[in-house]
Amino acid sequence: MASTHVDAPAQKYTLRQRLGRLDVKASPYLYIAPFFLVFGIFGLFPIAYTAVISLMDWDTIRNSGEFIGFGNFEYVLNDRKFWIAIRNTFSIFALSTIPQLIIATFIAAMLDHHLKARTFWRMSVLLPYVVMPVAVALIFSQLFADEYGIFNQWLGMIGIDAVQWHKDPLASHWAIATMVNFRWTGYNALILLAAMQAVPRELYEASAIDGAGKLRRFFSITLPQIRPTAIFVIITSTIGGLQIFDEPRMYDTTGNGGADQQWLTVALHMYNTGWGELNFGRASAIAWLLFLLIVVFGLLNFWLTRRLVSSDNTKGK
Amino acid sequence: MARSRKHGAANIQRPTWFVYGALAAVLVASLFPFYWTLLIGSGDSSTLRDPNMSWIPGGNFIDNAMRVIENPAVNFWKALGNSIIVSTTVALSTVVLSTLAGFAFAKLRFKGNGVLYVAVIATMAVPVQLGIVPLYILMAEYGWTGTLGAVIVPALVTAFGVFWMTQYLQQALPTELIEAARVDGCNMIRTFWHVAVPAARPAASMLFLFTFVTAWNNFLWPLIILDQSNPTLPVALSMLQANYFVDYSLVLAGVLLATVPLLILFVFTGRQLVTGIMQGALKG
Repeated sequence: MASTHVDAPAQKYTLRQRLGRLDVKASPYLYIAPFFLVFGIFGLFPIAYTAVISLMDWDTIRNSGEFIGFGNFEYVLNDRKFWIAIRNTFSIFALSTIPQLIIATFIAAMLDHHLKARTFWRMSVLLPYVVMPVAVALIFSQLFADEYGIFNQWLGMIGIDAVQWHKDPLASHWAIATMVNFRWTGYNALILLAAMQAVPRELYEASAIDGAGKLRRFFSITLPQIRPTAIFVIITSTIGGLQIFDEPRMYDTTGNGGADQQWLTVALHMYNTGWGELNFGRASAIAWLLFLLIVVFGLLNFWLTRRLVSSDNTKGK
Repeated sequence: MARSRKHGAANIQRPTWFVYGALAAVLVASLFPFYWTLLIGSGDSSTLRDPNMSWIPGGNFIDNAMRVIENPAVNFWKALGNSIIVSTTVALSTVVLSTLAGFAFAKLRFKGNGVLYVAVIATMAVPVQLGIVPLYILMAEYGWTGTLGAVIVPALVTAFGVFWMTQYLQQALPTELIEAARVDGCNMIRTFWHVAVPAARPAASMLFLFTFVTAWNNFLWPLIILDQSNPTLPVALSMLQANYFVDYSLVLAGVLLATVPLLILFVFTGRQLVTGIMQGALKG
């Protein structure tokens, strides 16, 4: 590497060489500077500022605030809406992440064959990923329409009463989770597939010779082998799931999360508090609480996944 | 890769009709919402409520689409143009700046390299929503509210981009090549241009596509900072729904219009996006 010259005394160098040394020393900082500049101004500073604003009664017209201590946090934590939003967020998150990852693993296992037209199948599972969440939400909120929706028509055909997708909280959570699953299942399947492709094929051969069937091979070899990727996928979908906004916002025309907050999520609650009620102080408090939630839940999830997947592993042996 | 596998392994991984059947079912499930959107978007608003609805598209799509395009409340062309400008700018700048930073982190020795790289990774865990209130206040302070700059500038470079390019360049760019270029008298920026950029190309094109899709679909921040007169496509769609929710055919024709550009892009570049996602996961 170029910096091995560093030990030699500087005065022996010509101007050109000295410029070259300056170049070697300074350039790296110049190259990474844009990231830190952009992140500092538009990432780090706003986050610190959010903490300040969350302790203020902010006046959006004067664009300044008055310090009120933890009043905003107190208000938010005593507000029924906030806890309903927490419940909804977790419910939607669980209904999307769990089935999604199970189906994604299944799809990945299907794709992990010697398929004809391999790229075609891979592209086809990724197709929903490029569609705007807003568009997906608009489409599915019609498919899930309470009265004329096609899903209710189909349910009617097999003799099941119409489900109140926009009135019943749990039903609305299923509907919103379906939108999330539609968009992300294929994407996660491809990530899991990549991990599956890296599993040494000899392991499969050896176990086949030992008489292990397809299912047994899947549970005893594939799953333990893709563990790091599985953890990665679970963590990223946790972070994404807890921030869910687009789909609940577009699920009905008002965007308020339902007449009785049936599908109000924490992120949507923050938006409505900030830009509906124009209360920036409370919105900032909600933002911090959401962040806390993500950190705690992310860690919990990480710990849980490690335990679960490693116990699977030992069972396999 | 697949062809070089041993024969025995190939036998184990031979697909049955069940595999193709399951994948075909997934394909149908992915396509159905689009087809249904086309059905409603090409009918009139009664189509949705008709229990004996025809499964063949009607003839009103052009009509509905024209109503969306000519609608002054939606600003369709403006929204499309804005989305193209925002996504292209953001994707280009993210690729350039991430490649520069990735080159430095992966291949150059400087004080604080490791610590700073960890700092970059750590920022990936921070959710956007956390800073959005002050970001809005900041933009209002500078009078950027309602402008595309407010959407573009905060997204000029991402931690994911830097991470992605660093990971890739660490493996794809032999350190000897950089040394050779330096010995030949190349300064840093020329070394970057002639050695790092060609090596980075596959990862860079993936990063471009990925960032483009993310920027195209971004909703929360543009919804906050832009207004009706100057929207991006997701914002325009949300207005279409708020103002014309009874006319489902109109709304869904708008959805189709807004979705088609990215579908076309996907048809041409999806292969690259797929390989990129597969690569990233292997290293992640």
